[in-house]
Amino acid sequence: MEPHSPTEAPVPVSAPSLAKLWRRWKSYLSVSILVTFVAGVLFAAVFNSAISWTNSEEFCLYCHEMKDNVYREYQTTIHYSNRSGVRAVCADCHVPKEFGPKMVRKLQASNEVLQKVLGSIDTPEKFAQRRSQLAQNEWRRMKGNDSRECRNCHEQESFDFARQGYRSVNQHMDGLQKGETCIDCHKGIAHTLPRIDQGINLADPPGIALEIFKPPASDAEEE
Amino acid sequence: MKKHFLAILPVTVLATGLILFTGISQAADAGLANDGGLATLRGAPVSAPEKAPTGDALKPVPDTEVFDRIYDDQPPLVSHAVDKYPVTKDVNKCLDCHSAENYKKEKATKIGSSHFKDANGKTLPNVSSRRHFCLQCHVPQVDAKELVSNTFQRAE
Repeated sequence: MEPHSPTEAPVPVSAPSLAKLWRRWKSYLSVSILVTFVAGVLFAAVFNSAISWTNSEEFCLYCHEMKDNVYREYQTTIHYSNRSGVRAVCADCHVPKEFGPKMVRKLQASNEVLQKVLGSIDTPEKFAQRRSQLAQNEWRRMKGNDSRECRNCHEQESFDFARQGYRSVNQHMDGLQKGETCIDCHKGIAHTLPRIDQGINLADPPGIALEIFKPPASDAEEE
Repeated sequence: MKKHFLAILPVTVLATGLILFTGISQAADAGLANDGGLATLRGAPVSAPEKAPTGDALKPVPDTEVFDRIYDDQPPLVSHAVDKYPVTKDVNKCLDCHSAENYKKEKATKIGSSHFKDANGKTLPNVSSRRHFCLQCHVPQVDAKELVSNTFQRAE
């Protein structure tokens, strides 16, 4: 047993005061806050640009599934080319703008990555087989969020009814008042429609039920 | 120094892989652009998307009231633009408004009863598939000059 030297005995190891602790940690704390802050900003910047990259038209077209099917159809529509040259790219309609819903959609898109790897729609024939399902997924999503992505650009409050055709005016005034939403009528405006069960050619396999394609108006008092 | 190198190595390998992959897939795409000896009359690539017609000459007439028929049995003319109403083998958008179920609600012209008959004159519960392609007879109008002048007079 070594005896304690008299100089060591009074060292205040036992109870350092709070003030002393604070002084010791203060420098660490400020450094770590700074580091966290900078790292956070960097992370946010990288994260944000990565997400916006996945929202670009270019990114979607890396997959020939998109390029050879839906993109081609969309190229003949007004959302691709129009007199004023304002284009709505894929993500404008298919990815929410708000952070929360956007993250949810991006997480759901991991299934799309899986299907890409599995090659579920890698030929036009396979795509055609699934078109009905794929279209209905998107219709359901848009109906569920009251056509939010349409309304990012087409604001009901900004409609100038005087500049719409009279058919459009009637439909818009009526429908919007009844709580109908854009996608209830405007299906297939940017892509080819899947088969709809209109009961015309009965020899063909049935398509999507007419009630889904054109939901009956909420008030059924007509006739 | 070595530590840094080790940390950077996997990232570099990944990035190189990614670049190579995109390069290869783009090269594959370029191969697809070869149209197998096919060519169009005006030199546009075969695989290019179909261009929507442009120009004033093909501007549809704005929504109007129903046109009068000019001769007996004339298929009624379409008095609105139809460019956003697809009629394909899978779907007929005209029926959204003109079908027997919807015409009242949509204040549209009802589809003619002759359209419910099959080739043998039997009445069907729904529109006959012979009548599926509406625009073969019911034509939309454009606000354009006559290409050839004519002296057609409507029947009295």
